[in-house]
Amino acid sequence: MLKRLLSRLGASVVDSLWRLGFAARFFWAILTHSGTALVRFNLTIREVFFSGVMSLVIILVSGLFVGLVLGLQGYDTLQRYGSSEALGILVALSLVRELGPVVAALLFASRAGSSITAEVGIMKASEQLKAMDMMAVNPIARVVAPRFWGGVISMPLLAALFSAMGIFGGWLIGVQFIGVDDGAFWSQMQASVDFRTDVLNGVIKSVVFGIAVSFIAVFEGFDATPTAEGVSAAITRTVVTSALAILALDFVLTSFMFRGL
Amino acid sequence: MPAVTSESLVEIRDLHFAYDADRPILSGINMRFPRGKVVAIMGGSGCGKTTLLNLIGGQLRPSSGEVRVDGREVAAMDEAELYALRRRMGMLFQFGALFTDMSVFDNVAFPIREHTDLPESLVADLVAMKLQAVGLRGAARLAPRELSGGMARRVALARAVALDPMLVMYDEPFTGLDPISLGIIGQLIRKLTDALGATSIMVTHDIQESLQIVDYIYFMSNGRVVAEGTPDQIRNSTDPFVHQFVHAEADGPVPFHYPAPPIASLLEPRRA
Amino acid sequence: MKRTVLDLWVGAFVAVGIAAVLFLALKVGNLSAANFAETYRLEARFDNIGGLKVRGPVKSAGVVVGRVADIRFDPETYEAVVTLNIESRYRFPKDTFASILTAGLLGENYVGLDVGGEEKKLQPGDTIAKTQSAVVLEKLISQFMFNKASEGDADKK
Repeated sequence: MLKRLLSRLGASVVDSLWRLGFAARFFWAILTHSGTALVRFNLTIREVFFSGVMSLVIILVSGLFVGLVLGLQGYDTLQRYGSSEALGILVALSLVRELGPVVAALLFASRAGSSITAEVGIMKASEQLKAMDMMAVNPIARVVAPRFWGGVISMPLLAALFSAMGIFGGWLIGVQFIGVDDGAFWSQMQASVDFRTDVLNGVIKSVVFGIAVSFIAVFEGFDATPTAEGVSAAITRTVVTSALAILALDFVLTSFMFRGL
Repeated sequence: MPAVTSESLVEIRDLHFAYDADRPILSGINMRFPRGKVVAIMGGSGCGKTTLLNLIGGQLRPSSGEVRVDGREVAAMDEAELYALRRRMGMLFQFGALFTDMSVFDNVAFPIREHTDLPESLVADLVAMKLQAVGLRGAARLAPRELSGGMARRVALARAVALDPMLVMYDEPFTGLDPISLGIIGQLIRKLTDALGATSIMVTHDIQESLQIVDYIYFMSNGRVVAEGTPDQIRNSTDPFVHQFVHAEADGPVPFHYPAPPIASLLEPRRA
Repeated sequence: MKRTVLDLWVGAFVAVGIAAVLFLALKVGNLSAANFAETYRLEARFDNIGGLKVRGPVKSAGVVVGRVADIRFDPETYEAVVTLNIESRYRFPKDTFASILTAGLLGENYVGLDVGGEEKKLQPGDTIAKTQSAVVLEKLISQFMFNKASEGDADKK
């Protein structure tokens, strides 16, 4: 019984190590086959459209609502300490540092990541990738790399839009609705939000998340078992793995970025 | 087959292949595919026919033995050489494998656009010619999902021959087609092979259709070549395997039962 | 979808995205002219800098005139050496007085510059001679308590 349990454990460790190694080689293959995606940039532009532009609505609407909630909750807490003018700081810092990159990446994983996995997985299941390979067109260069770079380009822009929309939402609730002073809202925000430590670090986070989510999405699609169940399992794995990767990477990046403070 | 080496486009010598050592897929295959001929590889499902095509196309590497295409060993090629070889090959997949995000026109134009710098007007002419050859020029603007199974197969055929390949491989081209579409595809394979001067390798288990269009047939079972010959030789063969296959008998050299202990053993009283 | 329509959408998306980054940088963050303005360096030595941080503000008359560029410890004199980046358009007299202050009771520390009356200006690289260290709240409180206690003792006697 114990022996079987141990060998099960061993098998799963070997399996996941093998998969990790395969993922690393796949990542390397994407990088070395990115020439086509960059030279024939319209291939990548197409993917920016499908992962970026098509995610705009959900990102903007979610950003607005997160901002509205932050405005309400933040005001409720801050006014107890008589510092409701600091609402701008609270909304901006929480969005720019954390919520913008993280929530936008989570939404991006479930909106764009899942559809990338589905597309690549179905192309694999219906032998389209194999057909392409037999036509002497490398599917990693022609299908995978443009989708990867499209996601990497879209993600930081979506995160910035999410943050900007959220700050607008916070301003809407705080200034327009509750009546916090407009000038204090912005000036306190500008005095406390630093470009490098806050805004730039937020952008760096979203770039890293973009790489992680796009890679997971194309990898799961490419690695999917070529059946209907296989593709649907791959989509689930994309969303779950992406969410875990985003949150874990967020912790690691945050601990590096704000170590000195 | 009395073919000399230079006349054979594809040669397979003593080919072995296995994903893992205890389950061989192919063991000791010898085949020759002469230029300009249509050759069928037949056998039951899961006898390694498709694996053979993948080995010729270089998508798999043999465990031992060699596959030579146009005199060069496929397994010894690097990626660039392999891709150069594949530009001169066409392959028709079992269900067509059309790119679902492109129109019929773009599907056929895909290999031309990827591998040549021809102006778009010339590409359009070439595509029209290929589609005309399969009788679907009028369907150029349709999406693959709007096509019937037979039409999709014809579009895929047009795509496979878009660059006038020297070798065309067909993976189960007749599967799931109605008799009319089946006849059309069969005639197209013969016509296109003759018109292009190409060599065709067809993996199939549709014996009746194949006997009408091919020049030579290999029979495979359990990873080995068990019989071979021209259609006439096959029709008159006394080989029990060929006989079973041609006449679609349920039991014979290919057993009806999956290997199992004799049923009588179930009836013996079980020991506690 | 046609290429041109697609390109248009992507173009608009990228433009709006970059606009959002700029909005965050300029309107939300403090990447204003100050960060690009020409600066010069001054040094100041303090016995105790309290909670002063690199990139903390340097203010004169309440206006931000620069930022703290670097903080290090001098092992010879046991003092904190603070390097200040001051915007080039602001020049201060030789007898300027630098002190470490706190914004509000519990706010962040900043360097305050109080201007003296000297004609000569501080040159880039100069050290501010007159400084006052941070007021550490715990020290202040314990001092206050100690005084109260000793007052109490005096009253009894």
